[in-house]
Amino acid sequence: MDKMPKWADVILIPLISVILALLVSGLVVLYIGESPVEAMQIMVRGAMGSAYGWGYTLFYATNFIFTGLAVAVAFHARMFNIGGEGQAALGGLGVAVVCLSVPWPHWSVALLVASGAAAIFGAAWAAIPAYLQAKRGSHIVITTIMFNFIASALLVYLLVNVFRVPGSMAPETARFADAVHLPNAADIVPWLGFRSSTPLNISFLLALLACFLVWMLIWRTRLGYEIRAFGHSETAAVYAGISPVRIIMIAMLISGGLAGLMATNSVMGEAERLVIDNVQGAGFVGIAVALMGRSHPVGVFLAAILFGVLYQGGAELEFEMPAVSREMIVVIQALVILFTGALDNMVRMPMEKLFLSLRRRDRADSPAE
Amino acid sequence: MDFLTILQILDSTVRLATPLLLACLAGLYSERAGIFDIGLEGKMLAAAFFSAAVAFTSGNVWVGLMAGIAASCVLSGIHGLASITFRGNQLISGVAINFLAAGMTVVIAQTWFQQGGRTPPLQGAARFQEITLPFADAMADVPIIGPIYSELISGHSILVYMALAIVPLTWWILFRTRFGLRLRAVGENPAAVDTAGISVVGARYAAVMICGVLCGLAGAYLATSLAAGFVKDMSAGRGFIALAALIFAKWRPWYALYACLLFGLLDAVGNRYQNIELVGVTIPVQFMQALPYILTVVILAGFVGKAIPPRAGGEPYVKER
Repeated sequence: MDKMPKWADVILIPLISVILALLVSGLVVLYIGESPVEAMQIMVRGAMGSAYGWGYTLFYATNFIFTGLAVAVAFHARMFNIGGEGQAALGGLGVAVVCLSVPWPHWSVALLVASGAAAIFGAAWAAIPAYLQAKRGSHIVITTIMFNFIASALLVYLLVNVFRVPGSMAPETARFADAVHLPNAADIVPWLGFRSSTPLNISFLLALLACFLVWMLIWRTRLGYEIRAFGHSETAAVYAGISPVRIIMIAMLISGGLAGLMATNSVMGEAERLVIDNVQGAGFVGIAVALMGRSHPVGVFLAAILFGVLYQGGAELEFEMPAVSREMIVVIQALVILFTGALDNMVRMPMEKLFLSLRRRDRADSPAE
Repeated sequence: MDFLTILQILDSTVRLATPLLLACLAGLYSERAGIFDIGLEGKMLAAAFFSAAVAFTSGNVWVGLMAGIAASCVLSGIHGLASITFRGNQLISGVAINFLAAGMTVVIAQTWFQQGGRTPPLQGAARFQEITLPFADAMADVPIIGPIYSELISGHSILVYMALAIVPLTWWILFRTRFGLRLRAVGENPAAVDTAGISVVGARYAAVMICGVLCGLAGAYLATSLAAGFVKDMSAGRGFIALAALIFAKWRPWYALYACLLFGLLDAVGNRYQNIELVGVTIPVQFMQALPYILTVVILAGFVGKAIPPRAGGEPYVKER
């Protein structure tokens, strides 16, 4: 029998962990000499109080859904893909190559091909670490970290020496043609009051689709079952005839592809050119999002929204409370990873004891009725 | 390339290798005891900030150094708490520590100094000064040996010499003392150590705290010796290069020295020349920067000398399974 009811495991423990993380963040704000309550209000108002705020919140959330799903899929196979940053950067390269090389007639065709390229480039960047893990037993965490750095060096080289517009000093590609401009929220739902410059674009729907497809994959297909079985027990999976090499490769390719897809939002949807550091840490936020969302697409979606609020609210906070620097978001992110990931047992152990004692009391009471 | 240029490149190699070496040895203790540590970067960064900040306010670099070590040890303590006491995921804890340091240093720097997340520049006694070894000036005119002694060997800060001395010390502690044997044993087979009546938790905490002290030295060197003050994200991936060097060195102290010197050399050459011509092919500077990571992947792949990590690395120890 489980020690805890499922709702406690899925909702209560992450909630307590996040509250702990926010409490500690509040203490930091207090130390800086500002009011945590006021800071919270500014963040919530800035992120969710207007169509303008929502535009940025959901734009950031779109990035985090992709990177969060990427980490989550790898987690299901008990692998820690810390390379989302590099895979998303390569995805950006894929998008840029597609958008710049062909004069696309319509954005929809371009998006279809560009998202394919983004996924393939991202998956390709995950393929070498995956192969080394599967065949040579090299630790995936270390290799994906190394690949993040290699990706950033590669991208700098390509942007400076290959893609740079002649005569321009800025290490970035040319602006994509107007034809591949993705419709943004102001185009799609004009009655909701989004400004024409809002970064929220159609990729958000792509992210929702990705959530659904990942759910289908993990819980409704044979492959997903094999991935989960492998993640729970490698020996049992091998006994059941599941090939570890195949599962490691497939899970990591899907993971890298999802991370790469982020570029449809950040590169094609917003910047409309490939710049240095187009990922801006979203690959790492994905770790926090997946941990908080318990690797379930619904959880990842909710956690991504929360981090979208943090990012947009944090920008507003820096504007309205100059004493609090933007790095406060990084602190909150770190604390969320710490409490929901590394210190999970700190919350879980006392909760398990609590539920066990509650259950014992129930059992002791029932015969007396 | 003349003799003096080579000496200058080697000189800056030593300077750039020192923080790598300290962080690498820090990781060596931790990982030999079975605690993976990808939080070296964060600990270095935290130590860099607190050493610079306290050195500035107190005007004494030694006080700054102590503060840096203390900050790094606090993060080590968190890592120990998460990965030893609460048996959490050591990698996730390391990621959290890196972010915590990246965020906290800038937030606190902004609160203390209001200079956009940096400390004011350090001067005089608030920095580690270069030490001129005896007779360095007198020997400078002797051909070959003179310049090597006065340019390359002399004229570094005390932390450089400390880092070099810690290499044989680490070898001696790990392979010639009882403490070292126990430390290595908890990284290979903690159950056996437990059976012998020695505390696994104690040995692992000791290793993690030594790691904190060494990362503290590395960070303090960055901010008070290599540079003159703290700037945002100044560790710039050095913690990860140190991690790469550790794998490259196969978790051994002397090899760690060679690996760090090699990576330091790559860094020094990359800083000096933008693009290098080698047999008609131009090697871009970005390739030089990526080379430590590429080499590490090659080593990890096991095609050239397989790197085998400590067997119990990354696994929390549960008494009586």
